[in-house]
Amino acid sequence: MEYPILSYLIFLPLIGVVALFFLDHTKEKLLKGFALFITLIEFVLSLPLFFMFQTENGGMQFTEYLSWIPRLGIAYRVGLDGLSLWLVLLTTFLSCIAVLACWEDIKQHVKEFLVCILLMETGMVGVFVSLDVFLFYVFWEVMLVPMYFIIGVWGNPARKIYAAIKFVLFTMVGSLLMLVAILYIYFYHASVTGEYTFDLLKWYALTIPHSVQIWLFLAFGLAFAIKVPMFPFHTWLPDAHTEAPTVGSVLLAAVLLKMGTYGFLRYNLPLFPEAFVSFVPVISFLAVVGIIYGALVAMVQADVKRLVAFSSVSHLGFVMLGLFTLNLQGIQGGILQMINHGLSTGALFLIVGMLYERRHTRMIAEFGGLSKVMPVYATLFMIVTLSSIGLPGLNGFVGEFLILLGAFRSSVTNVIFVVFAATGVILAAVYMLWMFQRVMFGEVTNPKNKNLPDLSKRELMVLIPVVIFIIWIGVYPKPFLKPMEATVNGMIKRVEQRVNKKNSVQEGKVSFKALKVVKSQEEQGA
Amino acid sequence: MTIPEVNWTSIGPELILIGTAVMVIFLDLVVKGKKKDSLGYFTVLGMVLALVFVVMDEGGVTKAFGGMITNDSFAQFLTVLIVGVAIIVTLMSMQALREGSMDVGGYHTLVLLATIGMLLMVKGLDLIIIFLGLETLSIAIYVLAGYRKGVEQSAEAAFKYFLLGAFAAAFLLYGIALLYGATGTTRIEGIAQYIALKNLGTNPLLLLGIGLLLVGLGFKLALVPFHSWTPDVYEGAPTAITAFMAVGVKAAAFAAFVRIFGGALPLIGFQWKDVLWVLSVITMTVGNVVALSQTNIKRMLAYSSIAHAGYILVGIIAGGSVGWSAVLYYLGAYAFMNLGAFGIVLFYGHKEEAHVEIADYAGLGFRYPFLGAAMAIFLFSLAGIPPLAGFMGKFYLFSAAIKSGYIWLTIIGVMNSLISVFYYFRVTVIMYMKEPIKEVALEYSLPITIVLIITLAGTIQMGVAPTFYLERALDSIQWLIR
Repeated sequence: MEYPILSYLIFLPLIGVVALFFLDHTKEKLLKGFALFITLIEFVLSLPLFFMFQTENGGMQFTEYLSWIPRLGIAYRVGLDGLSLWLVLLTTFLSCIAVLACWEDIKQHVKEFLVCILLMETGMVGVFVSLDVFLFYVFWEVMLVPMYFIIGVWGNPARKIYAAIKFVLFTMVGSLLMLVAILYIYFYHASVTGEYTFDLLKWYALTIPHSVQIWLFLAFGLAFAIKVPMFPFHTWLPDAHTEAPTVGSVLLAAVLLKMGTYGFLRYNLPLFPEAFVSFVPVISFLAVVGIIYGALVAMVQADVKRLVAFSSVSHLGFVMLGLFTLNLQGIQGGILQMINHGLSTGALFLIVGMLYERRHTRMIAEFGGLSKVMPVYATLFMIVTLSSIGLPGLNGFVGEFLILLGAFRSSVTNVIFVVFAATGVILAAVYMLWMFQRVMFGEVTNPKNKNLPDLSKRELMVLIPVVIFIIWIGVYPKPFLKPMEATVNGMIKRVEQRVNKKNSVQEGKVSFKALKVVKSQEEQGA
Repeated sequence: MTIPEVNWTSIGPELILIGTAVMVIFLDLVVKGKKKDSLGYFTVLGMVLALVFVVMDEGGVTKAFGGMITNDSFAQFLTVLIVGVAIIVTLMSMQALREGSMDVGGYHTLVLLATIGMLLMVKGLDLIIIFLGLETLSIAIYVLAGYRKGVEQSAEAAFKYFLLGAFAAAFLLYGIALLYGATGTTRIEGIAQYIALKNLGTNPLLLLGIGLLLVGLGFKLALVPFHSWTPDVYEGAPTAITAFMAVGVKAAAFAAFVRIFGGALPLIGFQWKDVLWVLSVITMTVGNVVALSQTNIKRMLAYSSIAHAGYILVGIIAGGSVGWSAVLYYLGAYAFMNLGAFGIVLFYGHKEEAHVEIADYAGLGFRYPFLGAAMAIFLFSLAGIPPLAGFMGKFYLFSAAIKSGYIWLTIIGVMNSLISVFYYFRVTVIMYMKEPIKEVALEYSLPITIVLIITLAGTIQMGVAPTFYLERALDSIQWLIR
């Protein structure tokens, strides 16, 4: 690389933060405009990642290296592959949207809010591009602080503090155990190779004994499962989402949750392939429970925002199911579904936020018949709702279809899981459409709703770009799927080789599964 | 009888500090009224000179005064740390002395004398010297703890600390005597050699001596169950002195701890490591759990400092180059972040420490953005959030533990730091997420500004660019690695 794009992406928001300190805190518009400017530049800077990305290359691209703490083998190593490409782009894209969306919403302590948003952006990009485990951990933890403030300071006054603390504690439980596991692998690597390093790519070459892998998988897995969040670690999510300000919910849903699923693919799969295979039934089971449980609970919510929050639990269940199919369609579908969920759920939170700004309530019972009062709003809401349900032609369908297809053809997952997961799609239609019907259709019963203004130009600017991507992915997903293909194939191959090698050495349950993996690969090749 | 070789440069910093102390006493008679401030600056000047002396004295001598005193890299590292702490404490005190009614000259003199005691503890190669240092520092601190005239809690703090401290000193001395009985010497090296020679692993006299030493030092380190004095004393003493006790005394006591257990008793580690394991676990757990329910910020920081001592023990248990250097690194990180936090407590607390309840901090974050951000950074660092000093310190400590195979200890350690997250974050909740309940007018002064800038810079630097400190810490513990 001639010029370090990834470093620009990581440090530009930080420079923005420093600059913000020197701006007058009373000039709201200036502050917001400046933050928007920074995030827009960031987005533009991130575009070359897509155009210069070599699709056939399954390895790391745009890599950078800078010595940091040489004594401990810690360095600034960053890079990008087909897995992180879209997550980085999603982050830079949604950060612009987030700044634009906070325009009317945030009136107090604007400067501090924007500082938090920009810090979050640094952390989010950093998590997705770190190739040094120490660096990854630093970004992973750093992210907590701005999100904690966003929920706790600008959240819903009644329960914001509870939600903020709960968010921090839940996330920390997992990440601290992950830290122990990281240190363990660090010393294990040193004892095997004699080299003290936190270089993730070197760690990939390690063959850790299966019994140890199980524990390490659990330690990493817990951190990621809480973040995803997988059933039964999801209880922080409805609180955090409901109490956070709109922008906080958007970033939380769209990007932060993806760190969990990303972590499973970046860390658990390549580092502990044998354990990964052994855990397929457990995780798939929890994923399916999450899908159905999330959907059922969403159905009975009286608060639209809480409904969307529980729908996240359900959607992320699909993603997890996809990742644990261990075949190309499933994992690709899973990654695409991460993006889709980011777009659709992000948009849903924005839409709910717009309603809240007008009425200062989110209770479904308060509304009804809004489609007559706000036709433009209704149209966009409908598109996003359908995308969330997974209507063909919109993004959600592509992802869910690939996941179910992958899971169906997968040799490691049981078909039973697929059957139950598929009911989740139907349930999604039930809770989303029912909610939509109660809010938007019928007569305007509540007089307060009679004169609600339709979307402003700014609000259109917020929603339209997201909707464009929703339709684009739905109609022509190829440019989105293509760049991940080589990377995902590489991952699957690595698992296959590792599990095969084990198979030739030792008999038993694991090797039986390994045989099934190989069989499925052959089928797919044919 | 031969007169042992005397090497004055090896105690250069102490001599400078003694000179400063004597001059402060005299200047106190001459300088009157508002100019008393200059006494503080004069004290700081003396300390800075001592600091420069250590830094210039690269290499130093390893043995002086017939092998009683050393000036090795370990001692130098801690000398820099302790004198640095003393400088910051003096600067903090200047803020408090301006507002309060405490006697200025005596205060600075006592801080100087306490510092000299700490330095002797760090430099002693003989248990007697270490004891001498401990007593010098203790007596000065007893007086300082009761320095808030007319405040009952302060008098209580001094008295309590004095009584229990005297007891602990007796334990320590008895331990030294038993060690002498078992090995025939009070020299660190001599004890190690004798144990190796005679294979004294299970000698009851020796073990009893070690146990008593542990009690004596455990008292100064506020390890559970020898910690019961800590909260009351920390709450009652002037805030700057509380900071001095929490950071300076602890650093000196840990240095002595490392000298004795790492230097004299490494061969029988199997005898004391299990005990320390238990002490470490209960110390951090009790410290953290009790800190959860505190409403006074000084008490909260007192319990948190107990917990931090528990973390540091993890490094001592782990041992090895990583473990020992992690102890030193953590002491440095802890000094910056804790002094910073105490600096803000003192500054915000105002005259007569009127605002030291955690509830008083409501609204601080947005009213005083710099102060709020600084406090948040210190608290996050204490909680171990990267990329700050406290995280790097804990990371290094726990990596030492994992390296030596103490996985459960590490897991208990990280879970403890989770508990600590709760009470450190709670202060930020109050600062940023609650409406202010009272008006606190603050006026920045030069000394407190310097304190905040130094501690903030240190807290961030030790987290982001730890290499400099890491290398120094590793250099300093070479003598422990055989």
